[in-house]
Order: sequence, then structure tokens, then C-alpha cells
Amino acid sequence: MTAAVLFENVSRHFGAVKAVDAVDLEIAAGEFFAMLGPSGSGKTTCLRLMAGFEQPTHGHIEIFGETAEGVPPYRRSVNTVFQDYALFPHLSILDNVAYGLMVKGIGKEDRRKAAEDALAMVKLPGYGQRRPGQLSGGQRQRVALARALVNKPKVLLLDEPLGALDLKLREQMQEELKSLQKSLGITFVFVTHDQGEALSMADRIAVFNDGKIQQLGTPEDIYKRPQTRFVADFVGSSNVLSSATCAKLGVAAKAASLRPEAIAIGTSWAEQLSLPGTVTARSFLGATNRISIDCSGEKIIVASPAAMPVPDIGAAVQLAFSRNDLHLMEEA
Amino acid sequence: MRSDRSTSAPLGLKIAAIGGLAFLHIPILLIFLYAFTTEEKSYQFPPPGLTLQWFTVTWNRPDVWAALILSVKVATIATAIALVLGTLCAAAVSQTRFFGRETISLLVILPIALPGIITGIALRSAFSMADIPFSFWTIVLGHATFCIVVVYNNAVARFRRVSGSLIEASMDLGADGFQTFRHIILPNIGTALLAGGMLAFALSFDEVIVTTFTGGQQSTLPIWMLEELIRPRQRPVTNVVAMVVMLVTFLPILAAYYLTRDGDQIAGAGK
Repeated sequence: MTAAVLFENVSRHFGAVKAVDAVDLEIAAGEFFAMLGPSGSGKTTCLRLMAGFEQPTHGHIEIFGETAEGVPPYRRSVNTVFQDYALFPHLSILDNVAYGLMVKGIGKEDRRKAAEDALAMVKLPGYGQRRPGQLSGGQRQRVALARALVNKPKVLLLDEPLGALDLKLREQMQEELKSLQKSLGITFVFVTHDQGEALSMADRIAVFNDGKIQQLGTPEDIYKRPQTRFVADFVGSSNVLSSATCAKLGVAAKAASLRPEAIAIGTSWAEQLSLPGTVTARSFLGATNRISIDCSGEKIIVASPAAMPVPDIGAAVQLAFSRNDLHLMEEA
Repeated sequence: MRSDRSTSAPLGLKIAAIGGLAFLHIPILLIFLYAFTTEEKSYQFPPPGLTLQWFTVTWNRPDVWAALILSVKVATIATAIALVLGTLCAAAVSQTRFFGRETISLLVILPIALPGIITGIALRSAFSMADIPFSFWTIVLGHATFCIVVVYNNAVARFRRVSGSLIEASMDLGADGFQTFRHIILPNIGTALLAGGMLAFALSFDEVIVTTFTGGQQSTLPIWMLEELIRPRQRPVTNVVAMVVMLVTFLPILAAYYLTRDGDQIAGAGK
């Protein structure tokens, strides 16, 4: 099957800055794909390379089997939902949504109908006569979505789509985007710096840092089996155990990751690994207690369910965890 | 209370304000008044009598018409050149980054800061050195130098408020460069261009100094008026023309003022 988006050894350099550096990427048709990373990691440049706003310095890009480099944005079957929505302030909502059809020369009546259908799809029926300035942030975002989807793109690109919304609205939009994507069957590629957003929405995630993909996999892979220290640290906050600590546990590895919620304090039994340590800090986070423990110089964070007893600061404790939760990493 | 905003200003301040406004505007009213006087050789006060005959005389003077038509032609073409070049320059400076951008921005604005006489002398010697005969087109070129500045200044301020992602969004939705300009850029900068164009037209229409240096035998309306003042015959004709010039330049400037006043609400409102 042809990939929706294919990057072969793609680089985009701005002078000496390697914004995207030798990236290989294959996004399957119909996939909900997330590009996750801190700002300046190259994820947005990758999105702009797909949209056609940037051209690669080296490498080859294909969109549904068609070579994309050198093709301007207006000749790609790809549409973008911009971070600031970029609604046209001088046009009504209906004209905004119908814009793509208008420039393609589709008749007035047909495009009005298509635009109204698209507005109904994003749950804004009857908003057509308003102006962008009269809508709230969440409504503008839906308009931006309708304006992109009305063109029936093969790939929809979303640049930090939920970044400007408040928490409640963001959670609601996450679900809506997900169900919209499933019902339309269009490939969605979205960029985010929010690991929770990427984990909850995406089928697969590419974690970016310094213009390179650090790890590519399903949310569960990325979360439970981080391959590098950067991924372990950026996606949630895994503990990274040094090779010395690994040796103490009878495991030979350069480094290993261990999620805070996989560790129990106190009881341990035969099949589990255990480490002695001293409690140095604790804080109440609602559903969990976050406890910092010093294990002979190595700081380990434990997320303990709120129902469990909390040891005092300075108390000597035993940490217990299953060998399966300890993930060995290639690099230190 | 002293701090109350509704307290009226001290009497001295009021008199000073009225005096200042009177000093500015009474001479202009006198120009209007003498357009109706019956005495044609000197400006004696009060006018011995009032008449409308100078409007007829002015209407029938071919030299007035020649000067007026020349002025309108020059102003129109200079404004058209300024609209195209000023807009392009504003687009380049505000939408892209390149080496020397700030310098170019300064160089474009410079002609309006320079005294007209320097622009005039510079253009005159440049035209002579290049062996370009002084003609209608040299006047147009001279006027275009400062008309571009006015259009540029108006356009660049508006361009800065049109966010770059609007242009990308238009391209993304399938519009090529021309469609993007027509449907997105032009509606957002349209009023700024109209205002800039009107100001440019008004500036060109009453320009004297640069015209003196770049014109050949033909005289534009302000130059014609200057020449006419020296002649003691049919003086009120000049006053009639002055009235017309004032109305022709005042109305566009007023319109430009109202068009740009609310400009903040036009572009960037979608952000």
C-alpha cells in the first residue's frame, strides 16, 4: 500500500541550522500521526515540508506516491489547520470555508452548500454569516477545520491545533478530532509539544529532538519503552537508571528506564527487583503522591497512589518493581 | 474643582487658541473673498463690490484649462506609478527578510524628508547628465519620487498587520499567487492604498518646487498661479483657480483621513 507521506533522508537547513536533519518517515494512509517534540525540534518544519511552505535541502518527499518537492502548496492535495487559525478577517465564515472551492472555480450554489455541510460537520451550523472576529477561539478553530476539510484533502495537517484552547475545550476537541478522523478516514498529521495530547490522540507518534526523530512508535511503545534518555524524559518523566544501579539489580545495561507509577514502596516479593533508598521529598498531586527517593546517589521518583501510606522524609524504604517494567536503553 | 475635566480653559488660553486658528484660516478666507471682487488690478480692502463674472472669465481662459489638465494628468500618472511601486516595495520590506532591508526602507522614505529644492536640483542635473529632455514625463518622474513614499508608508503599516499565515492559508487552500493577491491581500490593504493614493494625488497636484526644476515649457496649475500673480490683469482669476485647487486637494485628504482612521479594526481582527 502506498504511504500517505513518505520522507526519504529529508533535510531542511537554514544556513548552519539543521532544522530537519536526515529524517526518514513513513505515514500510512488513514493514520492519525503525531509529531511530538519541544520547540525548535524540527516537527513544525516537517509539517511545513509536507504542506509545501518549505522545500527540502536534501532528500525526497512523496505524498500518496507523488513526488512533492518543487510542488507549490496550491497544487498539493494537502490542507493545513494553522496554529493561529489564519481565518480571513475580511470574509464571512461561509466565504472563509468556501474559499478553497471558490479559487478552484466551483459554482456559487455548490460551494455554499458544501461549506454549510462542512460547518454542520464541525457543529457550527448557521454561523455562516458571522465574521471571524465575532467567534470564540474554540469556534474559530472549528471553522479552520471546516475550511480545510471542505477541500477533501488526502492528508490533513494540524499545527498545534489545540494549543490556544483552555483545558476543558482541549479535552473535548481531542475526542472530536479523533472521531472526525475515524469517520472521514483521512490521514491526519498533527504537531504538538504536549505529550498527553499526542499519547491520547495518535495511532503512532514520532518524537523529535534537534531535527531528528528520536523514536517512532505507538503511544504505548513510546510511553513504556523509551529508547533514549530524551524520550524517557520528554514523554512523561521516566526515571533513567545508570549502569551502576542496573548492575546492583543484576541487570547488564548502559541505562534503563523505569516509570514512576511502576514502583511500589515497601513490600517486595521473590520475583520482583528491589532497591533500598531514603525519602528526600514528597508532594501531594491529587490522584497520586510524588515521592523523591535517594538510592545511593541516584534520584528516583515514585508516583504512589493517594490511597497508599506515605513514608516520612528521611525514612529508609525498599523500592519494589517488576523486571518487565525496567526497559533497557542503548545509550547512557 | 480644579481637577474637574469639564472645567473650561482659562480665558487667556481660549484667546490664544482662537487667535492661532484665525491666523491660519483668515488668509484662506480672504483668497475666497477676492475671487468675487470687482476690482481686478489690486487687492484693496474692503472689496469695492462683489461679482461672479470671474468664474465665467476663468472658464473661458484656455491657459487655465491647459494647466489644469496637465496637473490632473501628472498627478494621475504619478499616483499610478507610486501605487504599483510603493505597494511592491512595502510588500518586500514587510513580508520578507533580506540583507539591507532596513536601509532600503530608509532610502524609500528619504525623498519626503529632503527639502523639495534638493530633490528638484538633483533630478534636474540627473536629467541633464542623462540627456533626457524636460517634458511631461520628467515632471511625472519628479512627482513619483515623493508619491511613492506616501503610498509606501500607508501600505507598509497595513502589511505589517496582515499576518503572514493568511497568505500561507490562501496558498494552502489552492490559490496561486495572483488569486491570493486579488482575494486576500488586496481587500486587506485596499483602504490603505486608496488613502495613500489620494494623499499622493493631492501632494502632486499642488507641487511647485520639484516641478519648477523638472518641467519644460509647460506649467502645471500651481506654477501657472505663481506666474499669474506677477501680472496685474484679471487677478481674481487666480483666486478662482485657488479655490478650485483647494477643494480638489482638500476632499481627497479628508477622505484619506476617514479611511485610515479605523484601520486598526480591518486587518488582523481574526487573530
